[in-house]
Amino acid sequence: MTGPAQRGTGEPVSEPNVPTAGSKGWPLWEVFVRARRGLSHQHVGSLHAPDAAMALRNARDVYTRRGEGVSIWVVPAAAITASSPDEKDPFFDPALDKAYRHPTFYDVPEGVSHL
Amino acid sequence: MYGNVDRIEESKEAETGALREEFDRLVADEQRIEPRDWMPEGYRKTLIRQIAQHAHSEIIGMQPEGNWITRAPSLRRKAILIAKVQDEAGHGLYLYSAAETLGVDREDLLDQLHSGRQKYSSIFNYPTLTWADMGAIGWLVDGAAIMNQVPLCRCSYGPYGRAMVRICKEESFHQRQGFEILHTISHGSAAQHDMAQDAVNRFWWPALMMFGPPDADSPHSAQSTAWGIKRFSNDELRQRFVDMCVDQARVLGLQLPDPDLRWNAEREHYDFGAIDWSELNRVIKGDGPCNADRMARRVEAHEEGAWVREAANAYAAKHSRAAEVAA
Repeated sequence: MTGPAQRGTGEPVSEPNVPTAGSKGWPLWEVFVRARRGLSHQHVGSLHAPDAAMALRNARDVYTRRGEGVSIWVVPAAAITASSPDEKDPFFDPALDKAYRHPTFYDVPEGVSHL
Repeated sequence: MYGNVDRIEESKEAETGALREEFDRLVADEQRIEPRDWMPEGYRKTLIRQIAQHAHSEIIGMQPEGNWITRAPSLRRKAILIAKVQDEAGHGLYLYSAAETLGVDREDLLDQLHSGRQKYSSIFNYPTLTWADMGAIGWLVDGAAIMNQVPLCRCSYGPYGRAMVRICKEESFHQRQGFEILHTISHGSAAQHDMAQDAVNRFWWPALMMFGPPDADSPHSAQSTAWGIKRFSNDELRQRFVDMCVDQARVLGLQLPDPDLRWNAEREHYDFGAIDWSELNRVIKGDGPCNADRMARRVEAHEEGAWVREAANAYAAKHSRAAEVAA
């Protein structure tokens, strides 16, 4: 993908080595929150902060004012590599032509249980 | 920013091509458009304008209520009001974050607010004269905002819808605390009751204007509806709001300041009086009671915060150098 600096995401961006240039202010961080133990971190949004420590503090104030999380990750937006929507179809195509990966592909004789 | 700007410039012909068809199909199927998807330039511009205006409104909206934090009548009320104003800041940040996914820079959006090139909701250009105004704002202004915002949770643009889900969850506390303030004052002394009534008198009509011009004068509505950004017309939402408020006003023991307000059995809605749209136009053009104050305060806050931003940058730079040396 040929794009200028990636900023202002809500999802991963490509070109990890492009700095968050263009922004006259602080770099952009993507914020991920683990809602409670047993769940994985989920993307909730982004924010600007001068460094990782401030990004964490700001993320706590912006995204967890009501106990929405027990753990936060902040990731520089520019460090995320993403698949491009342009190549979406060919990129994910191989997943669709192997029906035998799914249990419903197989015939199960009458009377067989726990299979 | 997902490279949308580039993609659009590279593929002007795409407006009528396969990408366009895919976009139309997703919108028609009630799917969500995500930041790196191709989208028509008009869709992107409409969203940037709308989300930015919405974000600015949240930030400017801190001022009328911030005005009463130091004068809240009890510690309980003060703590609640501080939490509410902090929420408004948070809402602004969710929305700036959503706007940035469309390829704009947050600093540029702030510049456009500060230079008057982008607007904020004109409701915040009215003054908050008494404590009862905190109640009227929570009940009427936040109530109208919720009516407008709940449908936006299903907006076709994913990041905007997701931000609205968070915001709507938090707004219901805002509306209830306002209702509680008004209910308490309205059932207090005669002077307190009058103060509550006066607040409702001043905020009722501006709250109705928050739904925007009548459908007949809202030229962009049809396109926004076709794009799945707008779900209900201005007049539909305004009617719902009026219907909802009449019963609530009765519980509050307060009158809505409209002699033409009455139940229409045929329509099964309340009829209400004509809105003075010239007032809305005047306030939008800058001639409201507080336009100049709000902007001056916003610019001042931004400028006076410059040293904090610079200090944070210097601290970050110093520590990243120290980390490099240690490595």
